[in-house]
Amino acid sequence: MVTENKEQLKGAIHIEDLVKTFISNEGETVTALNGVNLDIPPGSFVSLIGPSGCGKTTLLRQIAGLATPTSGGVFVDGKKVTKPGADRGFAFQQATLFPWLNIRDNIALGLKARHIYKEHKQDVDEFIETVGLKGFEKSYPHELSGGMNQRASLARALVGHPNILLLDEPLGALDAFTRMAMQDEIHRLWETYKTTMVMVTHDVDEALYLSNYVVVMKARPSKIEQVIHIDLPFPRARTQDLFVAYRKKILEILNFAGKIPEPEYYL
Amino acid sequence: MINILKRFLPFLGTVIAFLVHVLIEDDIEHPEAEDTYYSYFLYFFLTATFIIGVVSFFLKNFRAKLEHSGPFWGGVGVVVAIIDIAIGKYALLPVLFFPKYDNILAMFFEGYDIILKCIWHSTKLLVLGFVYGSVIGFITGVFLGFSKKFNYWVNPYIKLIGPIPATIWIPISLTIFPTPFGASVFIVALSVWFSVALMTSSAIQSVPKAYFEVSRTLGASGAFQVFRVGIPAAMPSIFLGVFYGIINAFLALMTAEMFGAKYGIGWYISWQKAMLVYSGVYAGIIVIAVYCMLILTLLFKFRDKVLNWQKGTLKW
Repeated sequence: MVTENKEQLKGAIHIEDLVKTFISNEGETVTALNGVNLDIPPGSFVSLIGPSGCGKTTLLRQIAGLATPTSGGVFVDGKKVTKPGADRGFAFQQATLFPWLNIRDNIALGLKARHIYKEHKQDVDEFIETVGLKGFEKSYPHELSGGMNQRASLARALVGHPNILLLDEPLGALDAFTRMAMQDEIHRLWETYKTTMVMVTHDVDEALYLSNYVVVMKARPSKIEQVIHIDLPFPRARTQDLFVAYRKKILEILNFAGKIPEPEYYL
Repeated sequence: MINILKRFLPFLGTVIAFLVHVLIEDDIEHPEAEDTYYSYFLYFFLTATFIIGVVSFFLKNFRAKLEHSGPFWGGVGVVVAIIDIAIGKYALLPVLFFPKYDNILAMFFEGYDIILKCIWHSTKLLVLGFVYGSVIGFITGVFLGFSKKFNYWVNPYIKLIGPIPATIWIPISLTIFPTPFGASVFIVALSVWFSVALMTSSAIQSVPKAYFEVSRTLGASGAFQVFRVGIPAAMPSIFLGVFYGIINAFLALMTAEMFGAKYGIGWYISWQKAMLVYSGVYAGIIVIAVYCMLILTLLFKFRDKVLNWQKGTLKW
């Protein structure tokens, strides 16, 4: 029973001694990732969190195959990643829909690129419905709000049923309320399709609200500081005690917990 | 009431031009044309503008348009009348170089066959040159935009040759091509080619990298990225290149026709000038103006069709 389940679920990510260095404009070698090891079980939701420059986006792009590692590697379901593939969806911070295509054609883009659109037409309709864009299929991206565009971009990344969805701060450009609504949306998509999700975020609450595991990263030298298993049932409440306790823990690791100075005199 | 007036302003403008024409005698310095062509011209427009004004009572959309453009066309009538006073009526400028309307219109009424022949000749030249130039320019631009190797080996030559006015090559192309017509097509094509190639390649190079990354993560092949991502994204700027290209083409066309051509609007003008028939020169200029305007309108219509998605994002 257990083995059968393991066979069904695809999208395991294994990261082994991953090193990525850049040559900066001044000619110095910058280490963006300094020997990262991480195992992500299939079907889990992992958030990468940390300050700017900790390499979380670099790590995500390595998994996507958008950049090649200096040494070490990323393995997806046992196969080494060398280039992007349709098994790994990617949602960018900006929706980056193509302005010359309407919403439906944008969502269908991946299926058309792989010449499997005809067989999967109804998948497109299903996803338009799932992300709540029914009635807007013929609209162009500039006619819709940022939140709607971002939903279309999630649908575009998911419509080909990738085993893994990589999210690079997909909600970073949205306002706070749209953002919270979209978090529910992402959670629902994850529960429905059992996709392995890896999300880069700056937002501790967002990471806690959605993830099984929060990977806390640190900059200079960039490395994984700690992996925290978030042992809370879904749906989660942002106000529950354990949620707040996890937030405190993560902020402390990141040295962002803050401190109220002790008063000099007590009256 | 004021809106009804606006709709009849084109008619009123024509009435002013007509009154000026019939109430004041032409200056006797002007040679007389064989017929009173300008009167015919005014009769036609009196009737046409009146009918337009009446029709506007029945067509709602047309009415709104006419209320917007009516004052302008009324103004055109006044400008026509002022020019008539200055030139036809009082000969304030030398009559040899500034003929009166009758004489310019005579060129159309009496020589329409040769003018039509010239338009046809120029159109053949322009269409052939434009099609060759823009297709080759587009292909050059796509290669320049996508291929680093091609860019390295070819771009310096293009930078060297491109900015030179295409008409400089007329003497050489006349010796290379067996007919002056072929040489002219080459010159027109060359003038279109550069701006289309330049705008295409720079547009492709400035397509946001994110578009290509998106398509790669969706499993797109290289061909898909070229034809379904890069080129559509670059289309607005490519069109700008085509627009500049056709303006260059007009210029090249007029110059090219002045060498060794037997017909053509450019040839017609230089021929009339050589014979000191300035009414013919003006007739030719009018033909060119209307002709260029028609072609640009067509081009813009086509652009609106192809770049429908741009509505609301960009206008030029």
